[in-house]
Amino acid sequence: MDDTTPAIAVTGLHKSFGRTRALDGLDLTVTRGEIHGFLGPNGSGKTTTIRVLLGLLKADSGTARLLGGDPWTDVASLHRRLAYVPGDVNLWPNLSGGEVIDLLGRLRGGLDTRRRDDLVERFDLDPRKKGRTYSKGNRQKVAIIAALSSRVDLLLLDEPTAGLDPLMEATFQTAIQEDRAQGRTVLLSSHILAEVEALCDRVSIIRNGKTVETGTLAELRHLTRTSITAELAGPADGLATLANVHDLEIEGSKVRFDVETAALDDALRQLTSIGVRSLVSQPPTLEELFLRHYTEETARGNGKATTS
Amino acid sequence: MSTTVVRAQSTRTSDSMLTGVGTLLRFALRRERVRMPVWIAALTSLTVSTVAGFPGLYPTAESRQSRAALMDTPAATAMSGPGFGLDDYTFGAMLANEMLGFLAIFVALMSVLMISRHTRHEEEQGRAELIKAGVVGRHASLTAALAVTVIANLLLAVVLTVVLGGLGIETITWGGSALFAVSLAMVGVVFAAAAAVSAQAFEHGRAASGMAGALIGIAFALRAAGDMGIDALSWLSPIGWAQRTKAYVDGTAWPLLLGLVVAGVLIAAAFVLSTRRDVGAGLLRPRPGAASASDALSTPVGFASRLHRGAVIGWTSALFLFGAMYGSLAAEVETFVEDNPAMQDFIRAMGSASFMQSWLASIMAMLAMVCSVFGVLVIARMRTEETAGRVEAVLSTALTRTKWVAGHLAVALCGGAVVMLASGLGLGLSAMASTGDSALLADLLGAALAYIPAVWLTTGIALMLFGLLPGAVHATWVVLGYGLFIGMLGPLLRLPSWLNNLSPFSHVPQLPAVEVEVTPLVLLTVVAAALVSAGLAAFRRRDIG
Repeated sequence: MDDTTPAIAVTGLHKSFGRTRALDGLDLTVTRGEIHGFLGPNGSGKTTTIRVLLGLLKADSGTARLLGGDPWTDVASLHRRLAYVPGDVNLWPNLSGGEVIDLLGRLRGGLDTRRRDDLVERFDLDPRKKGRTYSKGNRQKVAIIAALSSRVDLLLLDEPTAGLDPLMEATFQTAIQEDRAQGRTVLLSSHILAEVEALCDRVSIIRNGKTVETGTLAELRHLTRTSITAELAGPADGLATLANVHDLEIEGSKVRFDVETAALDDALRQLTSIGVRSLVSQPPTLEELFLRHYTEETARGNGKATTS
Repeated sequence: MSTTVVRAQSTRTSDSMLTGVGTLLRFALRRERVRMPVWIAALTSLTVSTVAGFPGLYPTAESRQSRAALMDTPAATAMSGPGFGLDDYTFGAMLANEMLGFLAIFVALMSVLMISRHTRHEEEQGRAELIKAGVVGRHASLTAALAVTVIANLLLAVVLTVVLGGLGIETITWGGSALFAVSLAMVGVVFAAAAAVSAQAFEHGRAASGMAGALIGIAFALRAAGDMGIDALSWLSPIGWAQRTKAYVDGTAWPLLLGLVVAGVLIAAAFVLSTRRDVGAGLLRPRPGAASASDALSTPVGFASRLHRGAVIGWTSALFLFGAMYGSLAAEVETFVEDNPAMQDFIRAMGSASFMQSWLASIMAMLAMVCSVFGVLVIARMRTEETAGRVEAVLSTALTRTKWVAGHLAVALCGGAVVMLASGLGLGLSAMASTGDSALLADLLGAALAYIPAVWLTTGIALMLFGLLPGAVHATWVVLGYGLFIGMLGPLLRLPSWLNNLSPFSHVPQLPAVEVEVTPLVLLTVVAAALVSAGLAAFRRRDIG
């Protein structure tokens, strides 16, 4: 397999469950060796996409290629090269955590036992406990260790750290960075924005089963708004008429507004022409970036699809 | 989804062990709004359609008396009842003698499943925590579970009384019908109470309902043994108490009191036990497991075997004991015949098969139906693995769907065969010991072997449904219920042969009473293989989850 084919190439994917449209023309490209953030509100189709990529669901239409293969037909050969961590890990009540780690690793076709023991220690997991007696966080650890100690090229992680404590979250991030150094590709669905910011090279944001943004975080930031607070030398004229300026508040000589990052130049030129006494410019936080995408959805009054 | 809301208690002082029980009961009734009416309707219509056929099938007193003569045999006694009113075998006596034991099994099952659903299963799924964190007394949820089950049994009794009494069939009186129906409800309540105790002891719903299910089997076997001569044994069985109300014959209600007392004691025990354990835990503590997996666990069959290990061991030993229990009655059958000169003439007229052999054949048929449950449970477990989301983790590995199914199927088929042979071995060994006839062991092992294709066929039906209509896997129980119906009531109803032939078990030669026939066994195996292939093909094409 040559390394130029993307690890994941999905175009125009559709999947409906009865009348619920879970995926509605989704596109997703993950290049080799990158950590790709997969973001979207609850029920936007992230899990459905991952389950199509795992060959658990058959897409209604569209194409999906995984490591150059077809996820529906090449199941065994592809699954030998990937590992999956579900967001809600459900373990077998009568198997111990250690047994599950070994079992899943061996079924994938190989387990790096040194990495396994190392991760068990770093994640502070008691591998002798039975499935029922683990807390949610510990169940996640079992699945994470099983995935990360498998010898695979691609990791599909569906909200893997839900329920982990901050210390374990840090351990997880370190481990993923080690995997990246090994050249592994990671698709990381997550709601923990700090994790996304710390790990991801590129992100895709999906909504209602469609991809709405893809790019590096810097590129995405560029698409959003910067907030400006300034104290001016004269009256704040001309700002209100500028395109791409939003939520303008004028209070005497003080102004506060948000501006599309692409139009930042124009706004600053306008301010300097009036005369600037002080200026605070805040780049959009990741939160704002996502909230903008997420709330736009709510405003449209949609969001019926459920996470499945 | 639920419209029930846990309301805040208006008066703090009224908080007790039972606070919130009313709300929980309404919630439980809502959850049962489909299942409960279906059970009641199914049991009622089954009873009524059977009884409605009586006047046509047995129009004269003579025809009823010849039926009575048939019922006065060890095989018939073991399968149905003690035979009250055989001297004057009225429609009522026929109903009570031949149907009460059969219906009691299902009423008990309904109650056990209902209790398990509302207690241990809820805890296992973690839903009980949500409830118990509310304004809910310590005993409220168990009380609500028991209440909803008692309500189901009482409703069944009322519906059955009204419908049977309303039929207007001679000797099916209102009073008799009421006693008949309440006897059934008593059996249901006693088993509900037993299931409530079992739910405290075991951590897993499966083990808890398995234990209660085994008790149903024991109760049936005890009454069979008791009715065949050792009368005291029947008095150990709730089903025996129900039959001893002699509904429609010379009705007497006091055995019902026995049921009430035992149910009361069991319920009290369940409440006491429930205060001795943590929510989500059983009384029996789980041990820590291995830190790493053995090599055997990492193969599809090894993995499936591990998941079903407890069930295989439990079923094999239970069926061995069940078989042994019946086998020990073989000597009774001989005595029964020796003491009865009329019977000896009858046997001579019947031909080659000895009475004991036909008795053993009918026991074998019943054991086979019980053994079939095992395979269906294994396939149903696959569906649980799927809905619980555990199968995703496995199928996201290099394990293909086919291999995953193959692992479980191997356990279902091999395990089913092992369980079947264990029942034959138990029956054979103890029949041999009780009669001293050493040929019986080989005969009965052979008989058990002959039933394996039919057992596989039911597993095949379950697997086909799992592939094609995964939501309907449990419809397989209808096939088993039908098999039991044909096996126990088919002769009484003189059903047309095509109805008999719909049951896979009807095609198995009645060993050891008849000669071996290979063709039906081959056909059953072929059909089972076809069902398995169809299910597998469909499973490979469908969505998971």
